[in-house]
Amino acid sequence: MSAQDPASQLTANAAGAIGRSASPLALRWRRFLEHRVAVASGLVLLLLIIAAFSAPLVEIWMGIDANRPNLLNRFAAPSARHPLGTDDLGRDFLLRLLYGGQVSLIVGLAAAAASAVIGTIIGILAGYYGGWLDALLMRLTDGVIALPLLPFLIILAAVDLARLPFVPDAWTTGQDASLYRIVAIVTLFGWTTVARLVRGATLSVRQRDYVRAAAALGASSGRVILVHILPNVASPIVVATTLSIGQIILLESVLSFLGLGIQPPTPSWGNILTNAQELIWTAPHLAIYPGLLIFITVIAFNFLGDGLQDAMDPRSVVKR
Amino acid sequence: MGRFLMIRLVQGLAVLAAMSFLIYGLIGLMPGDPIDEMIAANPHLTSADAQALRARYGLDLPITERYWNWVTAALTGDLGYSRVHSVPVLEVLWPRLVNTLILVGSSLAFAVLLAIPIGVYAATHPYSRTDTAVNLLCFAGISIPPFWLALMLIILFAVLLGWLPAGGMLTVGDGSLADRLRHMVLPVATLTLVTVGDYTRHVRAAVQEQLRQDYVRTARAKGLKKSTMVRRHALPNALIPVITVVALGFGTIFSGALITETMFAYLGTGKLIYDSIIGNDFNMAMVALLFVTLMVLVGNLLADVLYVALDPRITFSKRSV
Repeated sequence: MSAQDPASQLTANAAGAIGRSASPLALRWRRFLEHRVAVASGLVLLLLIIAAFSAPLVEIWMGIDANRPNLLNRFAAPSARHPLGTDDLGRDFLLRLLYGGQVSLIVGLAAAAASAVIGTIIGILAGYYGGWLDALLMRLTDGVIALPLLPFLIILAAVDLARLPFVPDAWTTGQDASLYRIVAIVTLFGWTTVARLVRGATLSVRQRDYVRAAAALGASSGRVILVHILPNVASPIVVATTLSIGQIILLESVLSFLGLGIQPPTPSWGNILTNAQELIWTAPHLAIYPGLLIFITVIAFNFLGDGLQDAMDPRSVVKR
Repeated sequence: MGRFLMIRLVQGLAVLAAMSFLIYGLIGLMPGDPIDEMIAANPHLTSADAQALRARYGLDLPITERYWNWVTAALTGDLGYSRVHSVPVLEVLWPRLVNTLILVGSSLAFAVLLAIPIGVYAATHPYSRTDTAVNLLCFAGISIPPFWLALMLIILFAVLLGWLPAGGMLTVGDGSLADRLRHMVLPVATLTLVTVGDYTRHVRAAVQEQLRQDYVRTARAKGLKKSTMVRRHALPNALIPVITVVALGFGTIFSGALITETMFAYLGTGKLIYDSIIGNDFNMAMVALLFVTLMVLVGNLLADVLYVALDPRITFSKRSV
C-alpha cells in the first residue's frame, strides 16, 4: 500500500504544494485509514498471524510438545505452565490453538489466492470476449452460486482420491494430504465472487478509449488483457479476495468440524471443536475459544474487505 | 411467459441431469462399495463370491452403463433402496424433506420479518448509532461459524440455564405439539441468526438506493410524510432486488440447515445426507441431494417469475434467459 514510486510521490508533493489532492494511491490509503474498524481489523489479523506462526518458538520457550498427549493431566485448569489449561488428551490448549490457527490461516489464504486466480481468468475471459463464452461462463457461475454448497463439499471431501488415476500422491497420502485436498476442494467453489466482480469491471474497462486505442494500434488480445485490463481491474480482485478469505475459513472450519477437512492430529480451529460437543458438560472452555478465534478472524477479514472496498471506490464519500 | 418458463424448465432439467451424473460419478469414488461392506460383514465370502455378487448387482459394468441403468430405473419411479434403513429411499426421504422445509421455512420467515424493519430503520437513519450497531451485528451474523453458534446456544440455554432441550425432535413419551415446538426453538434460532445479517444488509442497501431516486424527492417535496413515503413507495420498490437475494440464497440456507440439523440431531434432509455419506449409504445420499438441488432450482425459478410479476419494467421477453 505505502510503497510508492518516486514519481508519484513527487506528483503527490507537488499537488500538495498547490493545495490539490494527492496521488490516487495515497488518497486510497488515506480513505482506508478513515475506516477505523477496518484498520483495527487489519491490526488484529496481523497480531493473529504473528501469534499463530510463532507457535514453534512458544513451544520451545515453554518446553512443551504440542502433540504429545498426557492422559494424567486431562482438562487441567489454566496455570502458569498451561495458560489456557489442557484439552481432553492433556495437550496444552494454547499451543493447539496457535498451531490450529496456522492451518486455518494457511488454508484461507492459499484457497483465496487460488480462487482469485481462477476467478480473474474466468471473469476477464467472460467480460472481454463476451458473446457465447460470456453466457456460458456466467451460467456456470450462477449455477455454482445457487447450488447447496455444503453437501457437495462433503461429498467431494469424502471421495477416495486414490481411485482416480491422475491425482498427485501428495493429495492422497502423507501428513499434509488433507491440507492440499481442502484447499483444492474449497477453491473449486470459491472463485465465483471474484469472477462476477472482475467480469463487471472488465466490461466497463473494455469500453475505455485507451483500450480501444491499443486494439486499434494492433495490440493482441493477450497484450490488451495483461497490460491494460488486468491492472485496471485490480481493485475488485483485491476486495473480493479479501472478502472470500473469511468465507473460506468458515467453510474449512465447518468441514474440519464434521471430520471431513483437516485430519487430526494436525489441529485446525474447526477440528479442535469436533469433540467439543460431547465435552460441553465437562469442559465448556474447550468449545468456546476455537470458535471465538474463527469468529474474530472471519469478521476481521470481512471488515478489512469492507474498508478496502470503500477506499478503492472513488465515488464513496467518507462520512464517519 | 410460456416460452420463458419452458426455456427455464429445460435449463433446470439439464442442470439436474448434469448434477445427477456428476454426483453418481463422485459417489462411485467413495471408499467401500456395497460388496466390500458385505465381505466385511461375512467372513465366509470368497473373492469369487464377491465377483459373482458384483456381476449380479451390475457393479462390474462401466460407470456410464451403470448410470444409464440407474436413470432408466429412476424415471420409472424406482429410486432404489437405502442400505442403512433397508427401505426404499423415498420412504426415508419424505418425512425428512417435510422437517427440513419446516425448519428452513420458519427460519426464512423470521429472518425476513426481522430484516425488513431493521434494514429500513438503518437505511432511514444513516450513520446514526443504531445504524452503526446494526452494521456491526450484521457483520457478526455473516462471520459467525454456524456450528459454533449452535454450540454456544446449547451451552447457554440447555447446559447453564436448562430452559430448552439440547437437541432431538421430541421428548420420548411426550411428543405433544408444545414439546415439539420447544425442540424447534434452538435450531430455528440458529438458522435465523446466521441468515438475518445478510438479508438486513441487502434491505438497507436497497432502501438507501431507492431513497436517492428522484420520485422520492418529488414525493417529499409534495409534502408526503417521510414514514408514509418509505412504507408506500420506497420499501415496495426496494423489496424487488431483495427477493432475488433471498431466492438465490436458498442453496446457502440449505447448507446452514445441514449444519443446524447435525448439531441439534434434528431429523432433516441435511443430517440425512451427512449421515448417509458417513455411513456409506450412497444411494440415499445421492437421491436426497438431488431432491434438495431440485427444490433449490424450483425456488430460483419461482423467484424469477415473482421478480417479473412484481416489477412492471421487466417483461419475460426482455429478460435474458
